[in-house]
Parts: sequence; C-alpha cells; structure tokens
Amino acid sequence: MEKARPLWANPLQFVFACISYAVGLGNVWRFPYLCQMYGGGSFLVPYVVMLIVEGMPLLYLELAVGQRMRQGSIGAWRAISPYLSGVGVASVVVSFFLSMYYNVINAWAFWYLFHSFQNPLPWSRCPLNGNRTGYDQECELASSTQYFWYRKTLNISPSIQESGGVQWEPALCLVLAWLVVYLCILRGTASTGKVVYFTALLPYCVLIIYLVRGLTLHGATNGLVYMFTPKVEQLANPKAWINAATQIFFSLGLGFGSLIAFASYNEPSSNCQRHAVIVSLINSSTSIFASVVTFSIYGFKATFNYESCVNRVILLLTNSFDLEDGFLTASNLEQVKGYLASTYPSRYSEVFPQMRNCSLEAELDTAVQGTGLAFIVYTEAIKNMEVSQLWSVLYFFMLLMLGIGSMLGNTAAILTPLTDSKAISSRLPKEAISGLVCLISCAIGMVFTTEAGNYWFDIFNDYAATLSLLLIVLVEIAAVCYVYGLRRFASDLQAMTGHPLNWYWKVMWAGVSPLILISLLLFYLSDYVLTGTLQYQAWDAAQGQLVTKDYPTYALAVIGLLVASSTMCIPLLALVAFILRCLRRGGDTASEA
Amino acid sequence: MLWLLFFLVTAIHAELCQPDAKNAFKVRLSIKTALGDKAYTWDANEEYLFKAMIAFSMRKVPNRGTTDISHVLVCNVTQRVSFWFVVTDPSKNYTLPADEIQLAVRMNRNRINNAFSLNDQTLEFLKIPSTLAPPTDPSVPIWIIIFGVIFSIVIVAITLLVLSGIWQRRRKNKGPPEVDDAEDKCENTITIENGISSDSLDMKGWHVNDTFVTEDERLTPL
Repeated sequence: MEKARPLWANPLQFVFACISYAVGLGNVWRFPYLCQMYGGGSFLVPYVVMLIVEGMPLLYLELAVGQRMRQGSIGAWRAISPYLSGVGVASVVVSFFLSMYYNVINAWAFWYLFHSFQNPLPWSRCPLNGNRTGYDQECELASSTQYFWYRKTLNISPSIQESGGVQWEPALCLVLAWLVVYLCILRGTASTGKVVYFTALLPYCVLIIYLVRGLTLHGATNGLVYMFTPKVEQLANPKAWINAATQIFFSLGLGFGSLIAFASYNEPSSNCQRHAVIVSLINSSTSIFASVVTFSIYGFKATFNYESCVNRVILLLTNSFDLEDGFLTASNLEQVKGYLASTYPSRYSEVFPQMRNCSLEAELDTAVQGTGLAFIVYTEAIKNMEVSQLWSVLYFFMLLMLGIGSMLGNTAAILTPLTDSKAISSRLPKEAISGLVCLISCAIGMVFTTEAGNYWFDIFNDYAATLSLLLIVLVEIAAVCYVYGLRRFASDLQAMTGHPLNWYWKVMWAGVSPLILISLLLFYLSDYVLTGTLQYQAWDAAQGQLVTKDYPTYALAVIGLLVASSTMCIPLLALVAFILRCLRRGGDTASEA
Repeated sequence: MLWLLFFLVTAIHAELCQPDAKNAFKVRLSIKTALGDKAYTWDANEEYLFKAMIAFSMRKVPNRGTTDISHVLVCNVTQRVSFWFVVTDPSKNYTLPADEIQLAVRMNRNRINNAFSLNDQTLEFLKIPSTLAPPTDPSVPIWIIIFGVIFSIVIVAITLLVLSGIWQRRRKNKGPPEVDDAEDKCENTITIENGISSDSLDMKGWHVNDTFVTEDERLTPL
C-alpha cells in the first residue's frame, strides 16, 4: 500500500509556487533588454501574441500532465509511454545543470547584500592606488561599479584558460546559498509551501516600492519615453518574433520538469486550466512591470551621467579659459563654446579633443542584459540615490527572493523523480536525498567561484538549457497529442477535473504550438551552424573593458557535452526500453514454447 | 628716485612672479561651486589672507622660520578665480625651491582649506597633488559579520528541522506494530469491499477487531 502523496496545503500554495518559480531573474534582466532592442512599446505585440499562442497552451499541458500522472517527470512520461522515460530523464539532467549554475547568482546577490551595509557603498568609490595620490588604474579606466563586479566580486582572469583558484569569498556565499535552498526544500511540500508565500510576494512589494521611487527620480521620464516609444518597423523584423517566443518559453520555465513536479502534488480535481492562465498572465505582467521600473532607473542613470558629462565639459572650459566660476551653465554652453571658438581659436583647438560630446541618447542606448544589468547598471544607479544603502538592500533582497524561488522549482524537478522512485526513497529519508543533491551541486558549483568562473557560468547560461529544452518540450507535446492520444488525454482531464477540454487548447496542442517550437528549433540550429566558431566576452584589466575571444577546444567540447547529455537521453532510453521489451518478449515466447 | 626704486621693485617682483615662472604655482579657487549663495568675493583682503596662510606654512618648514607675508608674491589674478604665487627669500632676490613650497603646502593643506571654507577639490594647487584620505578599513570587514549571523541562523534552523524530523520518525516507529498492521489490512479490506475511497473514512478513529479482520482474510477476495 503506497504512502499517501504529500499535497499542497491549499491551492494558493500551488499557484504561489508556480509564480515564484516562473517569475525569476529573467523577468527583471532579460525582458527590458528585449523590449529596448526590438522596438520598445511595439515589442509588446509579438510578446502578447506568443503568450496566448505558445505560453499558455504549453504551460497548461505541463500542469495537466503532472496533475494527471501524479508523479515527477520521469514517472509521468514513463506512464504516458514506456519509450518516453528519456524525456523525463532529459528534464532532470537539464534541471541538474541549471541548479548547478543558477545558485551562483544567489551567491553573488548575497555578496552584494552583505556589502550594502556600509557607508559609503563599496562600489561607489574607486580604491586608492599605491602611493595614495590617485585611484586604482583599472578602476579609472572602467567605472567603480564595473571594477567592484569584475575585480572585487569575481576577481576575473583575462581568459577562460587561466582558471586561477577557488576564491574563498564567493565560495562561502555559494555554500550559504545552498544551505538556504536546503532549508527551504528540507521538508518537501510542507516547507516549500510556506516559503513560496515569501518568495512569490516579497519581490512584488520591493518592485512597487522601486516603482514609486523610480518614477520620482530625476530623469526617469527620459528612460520611460525612450523605451515605450514604439518603433513599429520592428514588427516586420523576424528576430523580434523569435525573441518574443523564446522569452515566453524560457520565462515560464517549461521543460524542466518543475511544473510537472509541482502539479503532481495537486488534488486531482483542481482546475489546472485556470491556474495555467493565471500563472502565465502574472508572469508576463511582472515582466512588463519590472521593465517599467528598469527603464525609469535607466532614465535616471542616463540623465545623471549626461549631466556629469556636461559638468565635466563646463569645468574643462572654465579652467582652460579662466572664466568666472559659475558663469558657464548647461543652458549657455553651446553659445559660449561658439564664442570661445571664434575668439580664441588656437587655445580652443587645443582643448577641443578633450571635450567629449555629451549625448543623452547615447547614454540611453547602452542596452545591457543579464548579470551586467543587475550588478553593474543597477548598482550604478543606486549609488547615486539618497539613502543608497536602503535601496541597495531592498534590491538585492528582491534578487535573492526571485532567485531562491526559481531554485525551489529546479530542485523540486530533480527531487520529485528521486523521491518517487522506490529504489532510492526506501533506502534514504527525504532529508538525506535533498542534502545529497545540494551537496553535489554545491561541490560542482565551486567551479564557478574560480577566477575564470564567470566564463564557465556564461557557457552554462547560454548552452546548457536552450536547445535541449526546445527539443524536450517538442517531444512532450508530440507525446501527449500523438503517442498517448489527444482524445484519450482530453477524456482523462474531463474525468479528473470535471470540465471538458476547450477546443482552443486542442487546436494549440495539436497544431500551432508544435509548429512554433519546430521553427524556433530550426532557427537556433541554423544560427549555431552559421556563426561558425563560438566566442565569448573576456574582461581586459589593462583596458578596463570587455574584449571578444574565441573559445578554446575543450570549452567547445564541454558545450557539446552539455547539449548532447540531455538531448541524447531521449533516443537512448527509448532504445533501451525497446531492447528490454524485445528481450522480455523473446523470453516470454521462449517460456511459452 | 623713489619712483625709480618702486618701478625696480615692481619689475623684480614681476620677474619673480609670472605664469610658468620657475618655482611658481598656480592656484585655482571655485568659491561659487563650494559655497553657492554664501560665496564671498575674492578681493585684496582675501589675497592678504592667502599670503598669510602661505607664509604660515613656510614658517613651519625647518629652515624657513623667518618667512614674512611680504615674501609671498601673487600675480595674474583672473576672474576664475585663479592666480600664480611664488615665495621669495628674505632678500627678495630669488624664489624658494618648489619642493619646499610643495612640502609646506601638503603638510598644512587642511589649515589652508579651512581658512577659506573650501576643500581639496575647490581650492586646487596645480602640480601639488593632495593626499587622498584612505577609506576607513575596519579590522573585521562588515560583510563577514553579517554573513556569520545569517550563516549561523540558517545552520541552526536546518539542525532543528532535521532533528525534529528524525524525532518524529522515531516516535512513529515506536508505536505498537500490530495496530499498524491491522490498520493496513483494515484499509485494504475497506477499499476492496465498499469501493468507497479510503480518504472519506477517518482511519484514526477506528478501533480494529483482530478476529474480524483475520476471518475476512480467509474469505475469497471480491
């Protein structure tokens, strides 16, 4: 007799768990970048279209599968068809890769959080050089926030080949991050269910506070106007549609098995269609909300930098021409420049090369995504706000909540199949299995705390999950529609929840969503093939900026291994199942004869 | 005669104090930037104070205790406000070496700044770099303290949860095994017999009659 499956204490916990998993760092640092690159306000059109056509159907599918099969990803797909347990295993492998590198972001968030309790903030000022007459050279060439990120946090090496040793400070933060994750998943749904109240709701509190602060900052409107001005010609750009589809796909966290795991702890009668629509709508609106905040912050930072640039030019002119202090202002600058150029042409031409052309558009145009946005651009804006320690603490606390919420989903995707499997769960208690998974991931994650760690992080971030997930979800949807049978699945759902399956979902699952996935897959494959060698951005300390370098062969091998190890599971395990079945049938016929 | 002497003196002064002269330093003040509305105008009195401060700084240098205000020459005052100055020796024939002046100014920079209510950025001595104040480094970095606090809280919480889990499991295992078995069989029979899902029936309230159960076992399953 099986032990009763643990359940969520109430449906709200399940919805919060899905929200806290889906709403992650990508909503904060990827969507604003895409919005800026692909036409501002007009990017919302492909985004919403893809949400309705791709996001909601695929999310509903995963939740329905999990709720129906009431097992983790491996068991669920094995129940659909014995040849498809490879899909579940591939999901677990991808989740494992993700959890290894994703928690490093939480470690960095902890690092910045702990450093926010100082006055002045350590990234607001450059450290002094050896003889205390000026600032450290690398910091002068770059900026103080870039210096703090690349030198103090990462202590990055010039290339991926020079790996250096494990840095003890990020390593400590990584250990702490894993301990916090372990604390949250220790008791399974009992503990996770309570933690998700915080990880789902607190980021919204912080975002609202930041929205109010951001909109009242000087220059915020510049950023908002710049971002939301629609550039309608981008609608014709296929890349905008592809990126919208990709963003919806990855933002919802499909294919990792986390959604299946969460839904498997549901009551069979819960209305997963409503949950799917709610979660996907909340996820997308959070992206838009976060980008409003991000762009008001961008506007503030750009205006601040622009005004500093203008002040520098004013100071330069005042000093070179010994004009009265306070005579030159931003408003009469152009006028006076013209006057000086005509009256003192020789001296003006000496000074001219040093005068940078200050442009607000150029400052706003610097589109950044990923860790660069979160840890460099945002900190630069925060250091110029009043009471910057408070804003810094709030911001990194929010990043932590988002990151830990996503980690809960990732670890659930790994642990649910393990605890479902009787072979493992009969020998070890749940706490030990969780502890072991956390320990192994933490140990491997130490690679990302070495000096070249950020380069390996970029490799994992770009290649570990992208292609494999598209393939996994494609196989999933094909399995449900064509192997298990759409009609059979629809009648299962009706028996389970009591509502008949709407024709819209049937059309999407059978036709439209697989087509979108196939076209995405083809696009990415052709993109990889056409670009030839893969390159990465390395930090050059001598110049104080990023330079492009080629990946060495072993890094390319690792990339290939990452993609292959998850995608190959599907055909391999199908083959194994086929062979086992043949052997069994051969054995049966032999015993009969 | 007096006029001639006056012109001679001014001429010598003019020679000694010139922009880019030997041992001359340019000074630049940004009074409006520093003080805004409370800015004072730079006039001859402020110049006098400046000369006094420089003379004071030179007096602090070991060999130059006899420097007087008249030994400090100021010239080329612009609207900026900026000007050049030199310090001459008592005979007013030559200027004192730049190194000494630099040393004197660096040592007393704070006093000079305070006399004018300015700071290193608004009262600049070009070619005399100011010593930047090092950031205060506490003996234990603050982040480690906060890290330690959170780390210990998390470890304590994990230990508590793990221990309470082990304790709960041990208490469940210590319960009499027959009741457990009987409960199991009871559940089995009820699901087979009635087809009512066992969820709707409260197991814990049940008090099982062993004989009834074992008799049922001998019957053929339905």
